[in-house]
Amino acid sequence: MIQKKIDLSKIDVTKLGLKVGLEIHQQLDTTHKLFCECPTKLVDKGEAEWVVRQLRPTRSELGEVDIAALFEWRKGRLYKYFAPLSSSCLVEGDEEPPHELNAEAVKIGIAVALALNSKIVDEVYVMRKIVIDGSNTTGFQRTAVIALGGSIKIPSGKVIGIQSIAIEEDAARKLREEGRYIEYNIDRLGIPLIEISTDPDINSPEEAYETALTIGQLLRLTHKVKRGIGTIRQDLNISIAGGVKTEIKGVQQLELLPKVVTYEAIRQYRLLEIMKEMKKRGITEDLVRREAKITDITSMMSSSKSRIIKRTISRKGSILGVKLPKMHGLLSVEVQPGRRFGTELADYARFWGGVGGIIHSDELPGYGISSEEVDRIYDALNAVKGVDAFVIVADDYIKAKKALEAIIDRVVNAIKGIPRETRAVLPDGTTKYMRPQPGAARMYPETDIPPLEVTSRLIDEAKKIKPPLPHEKLNELVSKYNLSTELAKQLLRDVRIDLFEKLVETYRSRVSPTFIASLITSTLRALTREGVPTHNITDQHIEEIISAIASGRTTKEAAEDLLRFFAKNPESKIDDAIKQLGLGALSKEEIIEIVEEIIGEMKDEIKQAREKAFKKIMGRVMSKIRGRADGRLVAEIVKEKINKILADSQ
Amino acid sequence: MYSEHGYELLSSKGIKIGDRVRVKRKDGLVVEGILLPRYSISKKPTIVVKLDSGYNIGIRVDTIVDIKIVKKEEVSLKGEAGSPAVMPLIEKTELPAKKPLVAIIGTGGTIASKIEYETGAVKPAFSSEEILEAVPEVGYIADIHAESIMNILSENMNPEYWEQIGRIVAKYIESGIDGVIIAHGTDTMGYTAAALSFAFQKLPVPVVFVGSQRSSDRPSSDSALNLVAATLVAAKAPFAEVVVVMHGEPSDSYMLVHRGTRVRKMHTSRRDAFQTINDIPLAKVYPFEQKIELLKEPLRKRREEELEAKIKFEKKVALVKFYPGMEPEIIDFLVDRGYRGIVIEGTGLGHVGDQLIEPLRRAIENDVVVVMTSQTIFGRINMNVYSTGRKLLSIGVIPGEDMLPETAYVKLSWVLANTEDKKDAENLMQRNLVGEINRRHTYTVYPRWLY
Ligand SMILES: [Zn+2]
Repeated sequence: MIQKKIDLSKIDVTKLGLKVGLEIHQQLDTTHKLFCECPTKLVDKGEAEWVVRQLRPTRSELGEVDIAALFEWRKGRLYKYFAPLSSSCLVEGDEEPPHELNAEAVKIGIAVALALNSKIVDEVYVMRKIVIDGSNTTGFQRTAVIALGGSIKIPSGKVIGIQSIAIEEDAARKLREEGRYIEYNIDRLGIPLIEISTDPDINSPEEAYETALTIGQLLRLTHKVKRGIGTIRQDLNISIAGGVKTEIKGVQQLELLPKVVTYEAIRQYRLLEIMKEMKKRGITEDLVRREAKITDITSMMSSSKSRIIKRTISRKGSILGVKLPKMHGLLSVEVQPGRRFGTELADYARFWGGVGGIIHSDELPGYGISSEEVDRIYDALNAVKGVDAFVIVADDYIKAKKALEAIIDRVVNAIKGIPRETRAVLPDGTTKYMRPQPGAARMYPETDIPPLEVTSRLIDEAKKIKPPLPHEKLNELVSKYNLSTELAKQLLRDVRIDLFEKLVETYRSRVSPTFIASLITSTLRALTREGVPTHNITDQHIEEIISAIASGRTTKEAAEDLLRFFAKNPESKIDDAIKQLGLGALSKEEIIEIVEEIIGEMKDEIKQAREKAFKKIMGRVMSKIRGRADGRLVAEIVKEKINKILADSQ
Repeated sequence: MYSEHGYELLSSKGIKIGDRVRVKRKDGLVVEGILLPRYSISKKPTIVVKLDSGYNIGIRVDTIVDIKIVKKEEVSLKGEAGSPAVMPLIEKTELPAKKPLVAIIGTGGTIASKIEYETGAVKPAFSSEEILEAVPEVGYIADIHAESIMNILSENMNPEYWEQIGRIVAKYIESGIDGVIIAHGTDTMGYTAAALSFAFQKLPVPVVFVGSQRSSDRPSSDSALNLVAATLVAAKAPFAEVVVVMHGEPSDSYMLVHRGTRVRKMHTSRRDAFQTINDIPLAKVYPFEQKIELLKEPLRKRREEELEAKIKFEKKVALVKFYPGMEPEIIDFLVDRGYRGIVIEGTGLGHVGDQLIEPLRRAIENDVVVVMTSQTIFGRINMNVYSTGRKLLSIGVIPGEDMLPETAYVKLSWVLANTEDKKDAENLMQRNLVGEINRRHTYTVYPRWLY
């Protein structure tokens, strides 16, 4: 018998024939959107329109209808679009044809392609990729391949192949879901994205992380990408030997990638084990189809104490059950930490039946359902306790029936292997069923946009902004700016690396690159860990602090307090901040005054301890100065004064 | 067509559109995919290849070092991407047994369309079955009989086509049908709707024009809902008028029913481009609720009168827009070429520059009917207020009231084809025949702009 719990320590996913391909989507920081003149910024407020639409399923090139799209349409799904006037126009509203492809976005894409040694196509064709979840007002995403092939070397030294590089439009931002409505903000719709797809060369969770990290670094080194939450997203294609290529959508945190890969590999491994167990028990499609009969047990359950059951009956809903022959115990087998095979079935019930959830025999008695009731359900469903399993759903009759039908299909598929799914990532790195994978060919040409010829002039311009490879940049940071390798590595991982370069350019003669780099990386990170709202700190704040240090209006020592202040008062001006915090740099005279005062109090001690008194005096002076003066200058003055006293006393 | 795009290289190797090919470029790039035709012209000879990922890319012919066939005629070419899905009718509902019968006449608009993969062209799909597949809701409202009678772009319409459409509509109405829908390209839909309005001044059932502002090859197309609304109007509306049914706002919420003589396309691309001018629309249609809400009193009720068709239009009628600096010879040219009617789109209350007064006098003396309308679109002609207007009236220019310039043009074309006498023609132009003239403008018939 298969172990119910997963023992993570016993599974080495790299031994499962793991293959992972990444798709990295990064927003580009262009002046306007991909197909219109709207700015590429997000807005939540201000004047806006609301538009309500439906989307009808259409056929793919192969004549197929996207089943999930059809399903949404049948449900009478309506999409409500919030269209802020400052960040959207008729183009995003699908009320005006798209303008020509934004050449700036293509140029950035080509620059990245050049850095990855990809081969640029001669003519860029915009395609329509059918996506009917409402996130595109048109019902399709416009996307264009600009380059094919290439590779990138990750820190471990391994070379990962690049499959293709595309430029595409970002989708609208989902706001909420209510009843038959899904609401979106279309400010994000049309922001250019670069999509880099790797070959399935990645064979371990760590390699997935390293690949995403390296490509992310490369993209940032163009200085033409957006930063912040949601501006970079990773999709993954994961399979193990004997498994199936599963799409996982929307990983926003890099740190989560290794977990997502591990958990998906485990899921496929466990599903294969469940398959073997089912075969061993002699469960066949025939058997399931024959014995899994959906049965109405509403009247039988009418006196149940269970809240779910009572509520359903009071709302005139139905309780339907289905026997899953010989499946006893299998529904509580974990496929991912905290997610059982029963959870997978529940996902299907939710998606296809629109029900809240399911109850299955492996978790009963429970939910207020007594063990006598459980026995009666076994009887009613013609099931044998300890051999068969059952699932019940309490909801509207039609919804419950669809939910159970979906469960029967899923169980039948479990005998055949692993179904092709698109899954959504959950915060802990596990995933849930999102929809069946769309057919491979859901693309057709966007005839409203002429193809863009990649001229030699465009390539020359792209060459000028071609980013250095991350390891080249690392060497440069170390040799050119004298950063330690560790600091340079940190900087390379940081979204603000472009700010660093800008600040160093301007202030290098007066503020050391090392100081700037650590302010941007470790200081900010430490503040974030402390719980300071560092997301309020803008590039402008940081530049103002560095500029104030450079001009002597404040000191390096004050920088951390100033960051803290800006995080809480983002609207403040730097000079007010310095004044309010009392962090203005002291003049030399003022320092001397403080030093003399303290030395005056400690004259006897100095005479006794002689030079050894220095440390103590420095401590007192610095605590009084509180960052308003450069430590080196203070030390100089203190030393001078001590020496003078000692000289005088001789 | 391919030779000019560099496809001759391919035909010399026996490679045809639709073949699976492997192409090698000078720089080592190797791609495999299906050879596609181009749907646009490029300066340098370039071929288009569809990759297995679905993407198309262009490769310049002069960079290709090798190309060969992997497989002749890939089957996937036969699909119809973007065409509406074939769907089983909505589950668990019985079709009503007795439904009104509605004819749908195709003239080239795309109610349902298919992308022909081989050419990339959007082709109308127009059998009754195809329409029901694409828009199954229609089947709940009416039994339909679809017929495609022509396939021309809206801008290529002309008075002869109006007559042709009119004759077929008349045939259907005489056969006792409950309503007629005409699928029409949107650019000149207003003209054709006006034409049929004048041609059928007595009408027992609705004649409904419908089109789409977003082509039906996309999920967001407005065509399906417009068709559902049009079917509701054709099958169930209490009135018998020639109307246009299109979106009422950017949302898929309600459609508006516009009188054929009052409707104008007011925007190049918006779904709610069609608006009733100088009046309010006849009705609102809520397609989801299957409800028609009358906004004003119809001219004629359903099944109140027998059809009376006068389907004839005069071709020698011109619609001329006045502009500052316009030279008189433009009018002279029309008169010399034997034009029988001129509708002028004048300025403001109905004026033209002094330089046109003499040529217009000459036109009228030569039995040309001259009608004045305004390029302001909104408001009424009044030629008594200023001296230029009075001068034009005195030489015999007919004030076109609040008629749309396009409607006045269609009306004059109909009037001159159906009237011998010039005086009668002039009288008819000033009489309200089918709602084209509204003597009362309330505040509500002018849009409020949203600032
Ligand atoms: Zn825009």
